[in-house]
Amino acid sequence: MQTDGANARITPKLRLIIGFAFLCAALIALVFLNIIAGSASLNLSEVFDGLLHADSPYRAIVMNARMVRIVPAILLGGALALSGFLLQTFFANPIAGPFILGISSGAKLVLSVTMIAFLSRGVAVGSVALILASFVGAMLAMGFVLAISAKVRRMSMLVICGVMIGYICSAITEFVIRFADDSNIVKLHDWAMGSFAAIKWDNVAVMTVVVLPALVLTFLMSKPIGAYQLGEVYAKNLGVNIKAFRAALILLSGVLSACVTAFAGPISFVGVAVPHLMRRLFKTAKPIVMIPGCFLGGAVFCLLCDLIARTAFAPNELSISSVTAIFGAPIVILVMLRRQKEATR
Amino acid sequence: MNGTYYLYAERLSVGYNGRPLIENIEIGVRRGEILTLIGPNGSGKSTILKSIIRELKPIAGTVVLDGRDMASLRERDVAEKLAIVMTERIRGELMTCRDVVATGRYPYTGRLGILRAQDHAIVDDAIRTVHAEDFAECPFNEISDGQRQRILLARAICQQPEIIVLDEPTSFLDIRHKLELLDILKTMVREKNVAVIVSLHELDLAEKISDRVLCVANGRIDRCDTPDNIFHGAYISALYGIETGSYNPLFGSVELPKVSGEPQVFVIGGGGSGVPAYRALQRRGIPFAAGILAESDLDWPVANALAAELFSIPAFAAADAQTEQDAVSRMRAIGKVVCTVPAFGETNAANRRLYEAAKAAGILVDPDALLKGVEA
Repeated sequence: MQTDGANARITPKLRLIIGFAFLCAALIALVFLNIIAGSASLNLSEVFDGLLHADSPYRAIVMNARMVRIVPAILLGGALALSGFLLQTFFANPIAGPFILGISSGAKLVLSVTMIAFLSRGVAVGSVALILASFVGAMLAMGFVLAISAKVRRMSMLVICGVMIGYICSAITEFVIRFADDSNIVKLHDWAMGSFAAIKWDNVAVMTVVVLPALVLTFLMSKPIGAYQLGEVYAKNLGVNIKAFRAALILLSGVLSACVTAFAGPISFVGVAVPHLMRRLFKTAKPIVMIPGCFLGGAVFCLLCDLIARTAFAPNELSISSVTAIFGAPIVILVMLRRQKEATR
Repeated sequence: MNGTYYLYAERLSVGYNGRPLIENIEIGVRRGEILTLIGPNGSGKSTILKSIIRELKPIAGTVVLDGRDMASLRERDVAEKLAIVMTERIRGELMTCRDVVATGRYPYTGRLGILRAQDHAIVDDAIRTVHAEDFAECPFNEISDGQRQRILLARAICQQPEIIVLDEPTSFLDIRHKLELLDILKTMVREKNVAVIVSLHELDLAEKISDRVLCVANGRIDRCDTPDNIFHGAYISALYGIETGSYNPLFGSVELPKVSGEPQVFVIGGGGSGVPAYRALQRRGIPFAAGILAESDLDWPVANALAAELFSIPAFAAADAQTEQDAVSRMRAIGKVVCTVPAFGETNAANRRLYEAAKAAGILVDPDALLKGVEA
């Protein structure tokens, strides 16, 4: 926390510039760190050589070992954080997120079933089919959460129900994986824990085509999202078509989190934690700032966590979720404590 | 209903889950007019307002806004004409008061909702209208209830509506902020010629600001009339089913029930001097007699509501001999008299004679001593 004197000097506009400059700088720095670090360590000139020249001896390692992991970390990290921001707005619940509400686990369940069904017949699963299966699962879980949210008023109850849905889906997923062929188990197990390791360039192309338009569409919805933050009654009075708006919000957050789960498995706490970090950074909840902010913030957060996952116990790799949880879960606890304090003030 | 109404409802039935709570509502409000909904808790004032602003779907009937059926209007058509101040707590996390006010510009801004210079000017203007300049930059979640209502009103003003619907905007406000809020509203109506539909709990305020009053009770619209006709006689007591205490239509004030029983004190009052004594006795649960009061006297309504026994004469009349005689004998029987009148005038000669008689009989008690509870 800054003192009042420091706050007085930072105008909202300046805060915006500083915030985005910081995020961009962090993103670029982390991209380079992620290229350099690894089993075969590179220096900066080797990195630039590999990035800029197609015939460079470092090309393979830079592009096919490192960048193929960095680009999805950016896209999917951003998608997760954005999905979390949309869900928090939709449910007016600061601890909502695709993982906590069980949406990622729902996607994981349908995805596992689909993958096993395909693989057992010896058919490879394409990127688009992955996303579709994942989207169906996400929407099923979302359906449950929506049904519950119509019944419960307290936001903590909604979160508890979401966590339970997540556990049920994970349990069934485990069950399904047990029945799969041996050769599939290893692959599925790695993925079910969350990892950027298995992603290939053609996957990256597909996720780009999904995530970037979703980002643009979300940004174009900044205005109704801002009105919705006041509450449904006021949003409607301001001219928001509530039914269409709610449907669009659910679809967008579903597509974003489904895309993440399809390629990297369920990744915890990014969706819930990053929007809070961005609110603290920008000191605003305005969607026009929060939407690009969350996307960049999610990218930075995931790049950092993936760097740690890869390098902390090299050559062994941690699952990305265990790293995001270590950073993300305390943030959720802090948010809840702060809320409690504000409620009793 | 004729065309001069800016907003009117025809055979409107409102309620929840398809079950009508109030049926056949016929109301209308013109521009430059305040229509106030009053009625007991749970009578359905909020339900009517929610149905008018389309938060609830009407069960039957139509609401016509500026000549068009509201059911056929798009959200944004309504947004440019009708603004609301409802009881729902606005979330407004990390928003300053100015941010909240600025949301009123929503129907007029472009795709991304970025405010132009003229929008900022309108926001500033709205903030000035509600006298909120001092806390405009404060976080919305940290201001008081009174300030919050003013900001919500500024938000509605910012929307440049032709009609504002407010649901109990003065609840939870202290008396100063109630007056300020309603004064702002009245000024808005006068200067900007907007129509206002508002529900209020405060009957005294409703009487003062309303052009017409709609009384909701027992699942129906009981009456819709000018305040002069509504706040008259025993109607309000009947509307609210007041059985404990009483409502004074003239002052719009309420009194707790009188302490009945054998009077223990006789209060000689008049000209408003008796009221503190009546109230003090009522608070202590002491039954008292009061007199001699003309119906035109300031003390009369309170004495009428609180005194166990009242010696009353017609307005602007001098006391007749019989009443005076009765009062004197009653006074002697009670044996304890308080006189609150500082000086007796010409029409008040009877009370002067009462005072002198009490003094002569040695039953006159110092009012201060009585009010301090020494004698009681």
